[in-house]
Amino acid sequence: MLIDSDSKLSFEKSRQGRRGVQLPKTRFFGKKASDLLPESLQRKNPAALPELSEPEVVRHFVNLSKKNFSIDTHFYPLGSCSMKYNPKVNEWAAALPDFASAHPLQSEDTVQGWLKIFYELEQDLKAITGMDRFTLQPAAGAQGELCGMMMVRAYHASRKEQHRRKVLVPDSSHGTNPATAALLGYEVVEIKSNARGRVDLESLRKALGPDTACLMLTNPNTLGLFEDEITQITELVHKAGALLYYDGANFNALLGIARPGDMGFDIVHLNLHKTFSTPHGGGGPGSGPVGVKEKLIPFLPSPLIEKKGNRYSFQADGSQSIGRLKAFHGQAGMILRAYVYIHTLGRAGLKQVSEDAILNANYLRSRLKSIFPVAVDEACMHEFVLSARNAEAKGLHALDIGKRLLDYGFHAPTVHFPLVVPEALMIEPTETESKETLDRFIDAMIQIGKEVDSDPEVVKNAPHTLPIRRPDEVLAARNPVLTYQDWLRESQHGNSSGASHASGSETRGSFKTVPAA
Amino acid sequence: MQFPEELRYTQTHEWAKREGNRIRVGITEYAQHEISDVVFIELPKSNAQGVKGKGIAVVESVKAAFDIYAPVSGAVVKVNSALESNPALVNEDPYGRGWFFEIEMKDTAEWDTLLQAEAYKNQCTTTH
Amino acid sequence: MHYHPLTDEDRREMLGAIGVRRFEDLLTAVPSKLRARDIAIAEATSEPELRREIEKIAQTNRTSQTVLSFLGGGSYEHFIPAALPQILGRNEFYTAYTPYQPEASQGTLQAIFEYQSLIAELTAMSVSNASHYDGATSLAEAGLVALRQTGRQKLLVARSVHPDYRQVLQTYLESAHFTVEEFGFENNGKFNRKEFENLLTEEIGGVIFQTPNFLGVVEDLEGLAEKIHAKGALFIVSSNPLSLGVIRPPGEWGADLAVGEGQPLGIPAGFGGPYLGYFAASRELVRKIPGRLAGMTIDREGRRAFVLTLQAREQHIRRERASSNICTNEGLCALAACIYLTLVGKEGIREVGELNLDRAHYLREAIGKLKGFNVNQSPVFNEFVVTAEKPFDEIQTRLVSQGILLGINLGRYYPEMKNSFLVCATETKSQEDLDRFVQALKG
Repeated sequence: MLIDSDSKLSFEKSRQGRRGVQLPKTRFFGKKASDLLPESLQRKNPAALPELSEPEVVRHFVNLSKKNFSIDTHFYPLGSCSMKYNPKVNEWAAALPDFASAHPLQSEDTVQGWLKIFYELEQDLKAITGMDRFTLQPAAGAQGELCGMMMVRAYHASRKEQHRRKVLVPDSSHGTNPATAALLGYEVVEIKSNARGRVDLESLRKALGPDTACLMLTNPNTLGLFEDEITQITELVHKAGALLYYDGANFNALLGIARPGDMGFDIVHLNLHKTFSTPHGGGGPGSGPVGVKEKLIPFLPSPLIEKKGNRYSFQADGSQSIGRLKAFHGQAGMILRAYVYIHTLGRAGLKQVSEDAILNANYLRSRLKSIFPVAVDEACMHEFVLSARNAEAKGLHALDIGKRLLDYGFHAPTVHFPLVVPEALMIEPTETESKETLDRFIDAMIQIGKEVDSDPEVVKNAPHTLPIRRPDEVLAARNPVLTYQDWLRESQHGNSSGASHASGSETRGSFKTVPAA
Repeated sequence: MQFPEELRYTQTHEWAKREGNRIRVGITEYAQHEISDVVFIELPKSNAQGVKGKGIAVVESVKAAFDIYAPVSGAVVKVNSALESNPALVNEDPYGRGWFFEIEMKDTAEWDTLLQAEAYKNQCTTTH
Repeated sequence: MHYHPLTDEDRREMLGAIGVRRFEDLLTAVPSKLRARDIAIAEATSEPELRREIEKIAQTNRTSQTVLSFLGGGSYEHFIPAALPQILGRNEFYTAYTPYQPEASQGTLQAIFEYQSLIAELTAMSVSNASHYDGATSLAEAGLVALRQTGRQKLLVARSVHPDYRQVLQTYLESAHFTVEEFGFENNGKFNRKEFENLLTEEIGGVIFQTPNFLGVVEDLEGLAEKIHAKGALFIVSSNPLSLGVIRPPGEWGADLAVGEGQPLGIPAGFGGPYLGYFAASRELVRKIPGRLAGMTIDREGRRAFVLTLQAREQHIRRERASSNICTNEGLCALAACIYLTLVGKEGIREVGELNLDRAHYLREAIGKLKGFNVNQSPVFNEFVVTAEKPFDEIQTRLVSQGILLGINLGRYYPEMKNSFLVCATETKSQEDLDRFVQALKG
């Protein structure tokens, strides 16, 4: 294994005696620490954390950060992720000590500021989505879905309709939808998309019945197309006595355009880390508020926030509530950021979000469709899907196109999703990108389109210009090395057993240490 | 691509080898080729009850997970523990050292419902 | 709008390139009767004006910034080194996405790998995932792993586990038609051994303890692993990770799963979120645990490389067969914990633990000497139970008026502990702070 100084672990840079913090020396209590706990309760073997000085730690992490693509450095057209700019005034607000230092269990009188933020955000989200009440507790979209589906179940149980054991999802749905439904013991039934890329009404009619609990939809769907038959869909679902769930991953298309509440959705989850600009942080945190129509209010998780006069307070637990989903009150820091975002944009700004997002997407679509065919060729909303199917003839896949884009200085779009489009490239530019950036992206795609024909090898082996070439994911999965301790064991043994001789895979390798470059 | 004559097959790409009432099961060369590099196999527990046509094991590649279905009903009497440390065996030797488990067949009539080599081969070549 | 670069000229050009006359022409798929009226949100506020408004709202909070707080109970005030927010705020970390494209995410991936290594080391377990939402959901998911692994329907949990965590556990388990049974604690705050042993049958898939528990008591878990494993169940321990520099970690007790709240590791209290659930396990369970995992491998030129691995467990591949639906996790919070643990290092984690022990014991002894107050003498880390003769509300009102937040009213969670409250003293407290608190209690 080639290890340069840049990819050394903090553990590997550790030297005994170095320290990165200076803590108080004085002890107030008369006894030694080792006398304060019975010996059997004390830690015997010290935790072998690395020992580095502060400058070394800073340099270590700053150098790591430089290996990343990020919104603040690159265009990130990831479909259904809404990689928009993360405003810095949101960060300023979250860092205010009067917000950041509040303890979640302080008495209500001492956190009226926080309670006001929670309350006001709920009102804003109600106005934006057309729903009747929101819980701000769920920690992310997937937990919002869990919350929503638990309420679906509680609702049907309250009407003695526990026999409703089926949940319908479109075949283009995000993986969390069926995963969530299955976690709750539902049987997942896939509804086919029609030739126009929308939910096929016939398919839906056939699947709906007295055993249907819910249809989970995102609108626009993952192809970026508005479900124009949504009114009929809503009617059909409600007539069957089922509920309609809205996955808010694509809500960036609808601000000021249309509201899920008006479309007839009973439950809505939003992703604050998508539509509402909170940062992605390398995988989280997010926040997934869930909104409901009046008939589902009793089932919301507790607590909710109430306002009486000028005073805010936690509402007492409802007896039909599905319970608590996480400790304390929710992702407060993300709730605050979203609040600041909404008030920065205001009514006109919010509307402009979706308008520019849709305009940017259609501009890219119209300029790219001659290079890679669009899955469904009509005006899209905030995202669209291309197919790299034609590159298959050259032995290339959507994945390879994505990797080659990295060399051109763009993060790859979402690849191989939705599953209904072969060799899918899902592209969502968002409203915070300039026309110049979009034009550069178009130029890069044109170039890559040419390379597919004239020089497929350069695409197949991309990326060429990043800190690493393509990693051996087979080795990583067959022989997981998940900690520094694992690595020590592996490197002592030399070759990792069995992993490097698989037929068909290109990369050979072992964990045997090679002198650092 | 090989389709050994002495084995029987399912439409879902499992092969079965009979010894008395005991059936040894694995996945075919065609299947391992479609899956590409196998990284992990979730084998059934000993004594698990297999039901013909129902999922009994899972094969993982880097990017996907595939259900493996029991060709016949019966109790699982043996599993191939070598696959734990060397899942690549499924790719390298799918009909030999890459076997998955053995089932004690409850109803021997089920053996006759399995595909012969020729029929399975046709299925693979026409659906592609 | 200053976040939106498109100019009117851009918009005109782009509409032309698309081939439509007006923007409205792009919305033909949206039925006209669904078209929204104006959004009922106020007009935009300028940045300086909005900041003034936000500051006014913030000022109606009274936090540990302006009052002396002795609140603990799952969220703690700790020293956060100045270098931490500076590193964390690096745009390339902060605004990066989930590292699905490893070549463009080696920074995030290596940081996750280091985080996993640090948590594994701290808890003395074999593997750790890349984070969960918080300590409560991490605990719930551990419970589900135990039930799936054993094929059983019931969990046992100590009543001294954080009340919110037990509620979340209930919510998650009920969804899947599992049940939870509780065993209680003695007057001294330690778990009731007899109750536990009576309830430990072969129906139980997993047993959950918390140490230090919600009452602040460091539990003696000697011999439990053997008993629990003998019944074929899994042993789950939830711990404050900051205490593990000085108290015996879950791995040394023989735990199969170690979970807990990582907020003490460099994350501000922030009114309860976002926080950090850590999730660590024994080697045997590595393919059964939820959440993302970063692994080390090599690239095609033999270079060390990091990737998300064992993804076939996750929702985007298994879909309805996934063991958890988690997608977005607490990446940035895990990074904060990673930076914190790297800065404090081997010596620092022990020293911080000792400082917490020291402050809490000093305070406990001082309060114990006061008339009208009783303190729990069991082994503690940084929080302990105080029982007063006067009602909690009365004392709290008096102390708030003196700029002190007293502690957590335990009667809210445990009806039999009506006049008891939980007091926390961390390394952030000076001796003057502690003495001032004692004086205020004296009355």
